[in-house]
Amino acid sequence: MSREDTVRDDLLATFPALEGRITIARERRLWVEVSREEFQAVLDVLKDRHGFDFCCTITGLDLGEDLGFVYHLADWHGVVLNLRQRVPKSDPTILSITPRYPGVIFYERELVDLLGAKVEGLPPGDRYPLRDDWPEGQYPLRKDWKLEMLPEAWKE
Amino acid sequence: MANVTIPVGPQHPALKEPECFKVTLDGEKIVGVEIRLGYNHRGIEKACEERTIVQSQYILERVCGICSHSHSTCFLMAVEEAGKIEVPRRALWIRTLIGELERIHSHLLWLGVAGHELGFDTLLMYTWRDRELVMDLLALISGNRVNYNMNVLGGARRDITDAHRAEIRKALPVFRERTAYYARVAQEESTLIARLSGVGRLTKEEAIFYNANGPTARGSGVDRDTRRDDPYLAFPELEFEVVLDDHSDVYGRTLVRIGELMQTYDLIEQIIDGLPEGPIGPARAIRRVAAGEAVSRYEAPRGEDIHYVCTNGTDKVERVKVRAPTLGNLPAVVRMLEGGFLADVPIVVAAIDPCFSCTDRGIRVARSQGQDVWDADALRAYAIEFYRKRGLDLTRVKAPGR
Repeated sequence: MSREDTVRDDLLATFPALEGRITIARERRLWVEVSREEFQAVLDVLKDRHGFDFCCTITGLDLGEDLGFVYHLADWHGVVLNLRQRVPKSDPTILSITPRYPGVIFYERELVDLLGAKVEGLPPGDRYPLRDDWPEGQYPLRKDWKLEMLPEAWKE
Repeated sequence: MANVTIPVGPQHPALKEPECFKVTLDGEKIVGVEIRLGYNHRGIEKACEERTIVQSQYILERVCGICSHSHSTCFLMAVEEAGKIEVPRRALWIRTLIGELERIHSHLLWLGVAGHELGFDTLLMYTWRDRELVMDLLALISGNRVNYNMNVLGGARRDITDAHRAEIRKALPVFRERTAYYARVAQEESTLIARLSGVGRLTKEEAIFYNANGPTARGSGVDRDTRRDDPYLAFPELEFEVVLDDHSDVYGRTLVRIGELMQTYDLIEQIIDGLPEGPIGPARAIRRVAAGEAVSRYEAPRGEDIHYVCTNGTDKVERVKVRAPTLGNLPAVVRMLEGGFLADVPIVVAAIDPCFSCTDRGIRVARSQGQDVWDADALRAYAIEFYRKRGLDLTRVKAPGR
């Protein structure tokens, strides 16, 4: 049995509710969709039981009413598991994974600055990547953000 | 005395790029580091959403001036997977060849920068002179020294001719001889070893814990290389060894990069020997891409590039996410610096081969006030004349590789 199948079968055995939400797109590529409530438990199983020791990056998506987050996790054998969760823009709170993956700190700060996510448990520190005087409430990677929304003085 | 915090940057002593390391010191010893980035954030991901895929490819090629082919290829691999576009085998091999030539260019450049940070400028002069050989090859094949634009959606933009292959074949023994010499310098030159050993320590466990990637991780014995683990382009058909070192310091990272150069020469030889026949791209340019999403990884010279692409059936992408290797390596840099000395900051930072943003250099400069373009031979002749006037005869010093 391939590694992808092993991971899928074990996830389904541990979390039967994931039925229909795990896709093997091709060799070495898995996609798993979880709710905000399921997220941490699934992440722990992937790291502790299947050696997904690396979080390559986190992609933030503007999905209209919701924000989507894809955690690109990699194991030691070339498999990338894309763990996906979505939360409403009205309550865009997600848990920081820095306790398990301390290397993701800049990726999570990026979600805060560019998409307006609220990341609970993110260690304090400088913002990234926007400038300190960036206008509050403007999230440039949201689809409704346009260049014209910048302060007049910056447009030269 | 109380601890002192010194901002190193954004105008940085070691790098030509803006970033700020806030280093807290107890005497000479570093007790804390905070990093402020983003000074050169150009909004490339947003820019790509508003442009066509063809335009985005050219923008993404400019994410980095050195790993330019890496980003353009990584992006197109994701687009092609999302849109189920077949790429001819010959094109995959050509992309691989350019990627490995780019690795020579990047690793030799790094070796020079590292030498410079150590006050070993002879190494800088030697490696950058040798690097000109690969820049010439890239210019011969693609027409440009950097930003080669060798990719099109679904293929390669230019073919590799027999004349190109002959030139590459001619250069390989020179690269091998020169790199063997640098390997000997790294193994025998006692000042170099003393300066690099134990500096910027990062244990294997820490490298894994902080998710370090590329030569930075392999210099701490982490056995990962995307080319082998998640093979793409022609790598399923090529043979090479992943170079590891367990010194777990700047010295280890140096040995890994020199070792990787040797592997790259072997890879290039396999590619030019076995380059498959056939078309190099689609008969008609592809503009619209079917809806889908994909994640691609690419072992760039500095570490792992990862791109996420979501297509929507039009000629634009819905979303593209880029992660360059440096961002992944910075948490590990904080760990490397802590407990070390202030004077080691430049070489430790340089040792991850960082790229906060990149600059370009043209193959032809605009002529102003009669100033001409000089090649290596003209520069050498000028140097010999310059020193002769000062009573030093350098005509008998051999110019290796020329």
